[in-house]
Amino acid sequence: MGDTPQDITALDALIKQRIDEILPQKLEELKAGKTPSMTIIATRGTLDWAYPPFILASTAAALGWEVSIFFTFYGLTLLRKDVSDLKVSPLGNPAMPMKMPFGPGWFKSINWNIPNIVQAGIPGFESMATLLMKQTIKNNGVAEIAELRSLCVEAGVNMIGCQMTVDLFGFTREDFIPEVKDYCGAATFLPMAQQADVSLFM
Amino acid sequence: MNFDKELDAKGLNCPLPILRAKKALAEMGSGQVLRVLSTDPGSVKDFAAFAKQTGNELLSSAEKGKEFEFYIKRK
Repeated sequence: MGDTPQDITALDALIKQRIDEILPQKLEELKAGKTPSMTIIATRGTLDWAYPPFILASTAAALGWEVSIFFTFYGLTLLRKDVSDLKVSPLGNPAMPMKMPFGPGWFKSINWNIPNIVQAGIPGFESMATLLMKQTIKNNGVAEIAELRSLCVEAGVNMIGCQMTVDLFGFTREDFIPEVKDYCGAATFLPMAQQADVSLFM
Repeated sequence: MNFDKELDAKGLNCPLPILRAKKALAEMGSGQVLRVLSTDPGSVKDFAAFAKQTGNELLSSAEKGKEFEFYIKRK
């Protein structure tokens, strides 16, 4: 008793039909059962750029996602024990609004157009801009970086330090919070990013 | 509406209302209801998305002047 070519063709058609019927639902089930995941590369170490990775990571963790942040280059400084000295620079940052966080409404709404050459020439300009930014952050009920970071740690976000950057900038592991899960390199990060649903570079 | 716990997130900005709500819900039992008050206009969309993604049920979402009120039932 052998299968005739007609039998095989009929069987193939039947299999194809069943796959078309079953597959969409199966894929939907698999998708629903999978924990979403995100990997972020944090490369910047200024007060303003410290926000995006920590905001997105803490929120994703609150949504039940698995999150890892790979801190590299200047981003590594966001893992230091004390991040209260992060600074923001209006220099070379023409999109940054220069508004005062105090005084009457009309005063607060002025956007101070200060040329870069003046900003660069005034000693302490960056410190002043940082102070004003911190006040603006406070006025608007935006979290401090240290708080967002500890919320990330609490929510189980994996903090990963770039070992090359640690060596490059002469840091030691003692400079960083003990919650840093691992120190590794690109070869460890890439397979994680490959598996992730969302991967962001900041 | 009855609720078991209240979270005052007024004056807090993104993503703090969501993070605080998540924390509050984690300490509650299944079926219990959390009432959240916020002033962040972004929180209306955010709480809807949060509920959809986490499976906690958003029983109601209301705007009262400049304040927003949410009732979330823990899954």
